[in-house]
Amino acid sequence: MQDFPAPAAILAAVSAWLRETAAPNLPSHAAFEAKVAASAVDLCARAMEAGPAEAAEQARLTALLGREGGLSELTEALSAAIKAGDVDLSTPGLADHLWRTTLEKLAVDQPGFAPYRRARTAETQEG
Amino acid sequence: MSAPARIDPAAAKAAAEKALAEAAAAEAELAAALGRLAPRFAPGAEGVQGLTRLSGGASQETWAFRAGDRDLILRRRPAAARPGGEGLPLDVEAELIARAGEQGAPVPGVVLRLAPEHRAGVGFVMDRVPGETLPARILRKPEFAGARAVFAAEAGAILAAIHRADGTGLGLETHTPETALARLAGRHKEFGQDRPVFDLAFRRLAETAPATRAPRLLHGDFRMGNILFGPDGVRAVLDWEMAHLGDPMSDFGWVCMGSWRFGGEGPVGGCGAREDMWAAYEAAGGEPVDPKSARWWETFAALHWGVIIERMGAWIRAGADFSVERHVIARRASETELLLIADLTGREI
Repeated sequence: MQDFPAPAAILAAVSAWLRETAAPNLPSHAAFEAKVAASAVDLCARAMEAGPAEAAEQARLTALLGREGGLSELTEALSAAIKAGDVDLSTPGLADHLWRTTLEKLAVDQPGFAPYRRARTAETQEG
Repeated sequence: MSAPARIDPAAAKAAAEKALAEAAAAEAELAAALGRLAPRFAPGAEGVQGLTRLSGGASQETWAFRAGDRDLILRRRPAAARPGGEGLPLDVEAELIARAGEQGAPVPGVVLRLAPEHRAGVGFVMDRVPGETLPARILRKPEFAGARAVFAAEAGAILAAIHRADGTGLGLETHTPETALARLAGRHKEFGQDRPVFDLAFRRLAETAPATRAPRLLHGDFRMGNILFGPDGVRAVLDWEMAHLGDPMSDFGWVCMGSWRFGGEGPVGGCGAREDMWAAYEAAGGEPVDPKSARWWETFAALHWGVIIERMGAWIRAGADFSVERHVIARRASETELLLIADLTGREI
């Protein structure tokens, strides 16, 4: 068992320092880069929480392809099946899988992207 | 396993100091060269003032400076720069800007094309047009409300002017829907990672490609960020490096693509309606718009931007780019996947 504080809390402190202390005290281009660095730290913190979503993605891929494998291996197999024309959007489960997988990627990469926020709002209203 | 390479701090410091000294010397040399040219920019001007580097990588630079009371921009490739790289040769860019300007497109005036005897590198000097290029400000600040209201119509008229300019004789590439798609697929295969959404998009685009039209001069990167605005509207179209010949509908697709809306409402640059742009294009003498083809190019545009981002990722993989910004941008290909899967499954987002 590792000590307190958790990595996520440490990264949050680093991000806040870059944004609130470093950026205002740096020349303009370096200040911009400090804010970008803060965003990068935030992205990594979100990526550390992505485990359960990736497990669900792997389970969906296993069901779709009818075989077991690692996440990158199954993704490669799905790509190959689409390129070969073996599966397409009429294949049950494919559209749903890709929609969910993409939303989960955006949740890590860019939760502030306006179309992503609108898509999430629509999901909440439908659900 | 071999030990990781270690950086010698003293050598790194010496290299950094050498690079700084070289940059300072190059800047002094450029200031002197422009100073000799000053009277050609503004009668009676003695030397140039306020020479400031705005942007640029290893092979291309943009500088701002002043001669007399005239604000100017220099786009150049230093004489010492390595050949190759991306984008059009700068003499071609200057010629395109001039030709589009003659057709009525708002462009910065090209003031001087550099010749070897000017000893200022390869490139050209143009007027610095005052205004705003940052999309977030243009799309949100109240002072640009008027510009936003007319942007779709202006975009249509401007693209009509660019598309009627003569783009021949300059060595520009020509692309049909098929060749553009094939090139994109090749780059994705070479630089990208497995993305089932891209694979579906490639298939859909191949199955629904529009018929080839007579090629026109295209700006190729006509979008928010590359267009300079005043409160009343567009003042200048910038960044011509991606210009080529091809389907006129493709410039419509690019300006509407979701990544270029910057959180704004409305497909055209985040502030206008497609139909207004198309109507203005036809009213300004542009050929009839094919809405289906324009939408095809909009899907193509999302895939194109996604592959450009994958290519940036390849620079990281090759160890050629360590910047934090590049690493963050490389994680944005997923935004194009979202735009594409929404498009492919008929969702409006």
